[in-house]
Amino acid sequence: MTVRPARALPAVVAALAAAFFVLPLAGLVARAPWRDLWSELTTTDALTALRLSIVCSLLATVISVVAGLPLAWVLARAEFPGRRLLRAVVLVPLVLPPVVGGVALLLAFGRRGIAGQYLDAWFGVHLPFTTAGAAIAEAFVAMPFLVVTAEAAFRAADRRYEDAARTLGAGRWTVFRRVTLPSTWPALAAGAVLAWARALGEFGATITFAGNTPGRTATIPLEVFLMLESGRFDGAVALSLLLLGVCVAVLVLLRDRWLGA
Amino acid sequence: MSRRAWALLVAAVLIAAACNNDNNDNDGNGATAQRHETVRVFAASSLTEAFTELGDAFEDTAGGENADVEFQFGASSTLAQQIESGAVAAVFVSADEESMARAAPGAATVTIARNRLALVVEKGNPKGIDSLDDLARPGVLLVVCAPAVPCGRLGAAMLAKSGAGAKPASLEENVKAVVAKVALGEADAGIVYGSDIGAAEAAGTAEGVSIPLAADPALEAVYPMAVLEPTAGAKAWAAFVTSDRGRRVLAAHGFLPGGP
Repeated sequence: MTVRPARALPAVVAALAAAFFVLPLAGLVARAPWRDLWSELTTTDALTALRLSIVCSLLATVISVVAGLPLAWVLARAEFPGRRLLRAVVLVPLVLPPVVGGVALLLAFGRRGIAGQYLDAWFGVHLPFTTAGAAIAEAFVAMPFLVVTAEAAFRAADRRYEDAARTLGAGRWTVFRRVTLPSTWPALAAGAVLAWARALGEFGATITFAGNTPGRTATIPLEVFLMLESGRFDGAVALSLLLLGVCVAVLVLLRDRWLGA
Repeated sequence: MSRRAWALLVAAVLIAAACNNDNNDNDGNGATAQRHETVRVFAASSLTEAFTELGDAFEDTAGGENADVEFQFGASSTLAQQIESGAVAAVFVSADEESMARAAPGAATVTIARNRLALVVEKGNPKGIDSLDDLARPGVLLVVCAPAVPCGRLGAAMLAKSGAGAKPASLEENVKAVVAKVALGEADAGIVYGSDIGAAEAAGTAEGVSIPLAADPALEAVYPMAVLEPTAGAKAWAAFVTSDRGRRVLAAHGFLPGGP
């Protein structure tokens, strides 16, 4: 008789933990304004926020891929002093509170920032309050995801095929293009999708660094926040539901990679 | 001792220290008194400096003997939304009537102060901004509060009235965020309250420019205060804020008298 309660305990705790995740999502779905959903999602504010979210997140993903892949390659394959430190620094945005990231970006790339003041003085480039600034804020938090996934993939790639290709006379770029990339691209794609999803949901760094400008930096999370502030609860829930749908789609897309055995 | 024993000891000490902090009273005379009541006051961001000073002064009054005041400052619209969602506040002071109506419909209110809009610019006013018309110059970055925030709504009304055609570069979450952006040098000018200018100038990072148009009563912010939970401490706090001392402190921070 004493064996049964002990067996049930993990199940009970697991059920509570599952409820912890399921209940908020269920609440969102239950409270959604289903009848007015389409009209809420097609207001000018909502459509502008959607367009901005797509543009900024795609831009952030491109930045992450273009800058992140070489970085991941260097971290995976090159030997140099300080490599561990570099990897730790690259991973900092993963654990840094996004708002703190935004403040740090301001101090680096803002108008009076250590690098930003030169951008402003020499090139007239001013990042805060622009769509580019929002994309950079999103890239800051999203790139580490790509770098981590890509580095793991490059490490795991079978060197023997690459060595064989080299002995057959292929140059380094050809080896990468024809041997490494085809074998690692599923992982790279997963990393890019992960980075994109993270960029899509970014709020703290965006609002702090890029500010809140409808039409230029007010992505969906910022718009949801603004709507909550002004009592437009239905609109906020509708947009939240939209983002939730996107996230579910991403999870379904990558289910084999993350949820499979 | 073994490593595990050391780890447990350190953990116990840390937990004990964290728990004890709430019970210590730092009133300067060394006494550690147990406060009986914590009065949670939700107040508009613009009241940060004035209410913090009043909160310290309140502890020395008769009403403050058994009550500790705990502040939550934020945009009035944010606070109203939090109260609507169930946040517990004993006293709510907002910067407009709309947020008060959302948070406490039908509650009895007392207007404790008024505030006029002003422009905040970087220290030294490098871009030479002296009026609302200057805000419309190309290359001038203006930040204001989001339209849901009282300061943002009044600011937008003032810009519309001035006919200057200035367009904000960003809609910030609350008035202190606007001050921060200007103080950091990210924006050239911001529309804030007169009461925020004093704090910014004291910090040495920004300065104020007064706007004649802001004297229009329709563009003034009105601060209603409502006691949401009529406990002894909350009522004592409300009485303190409306007392002579309270009004003096508010005036010293740049607020206008609340009037009848």
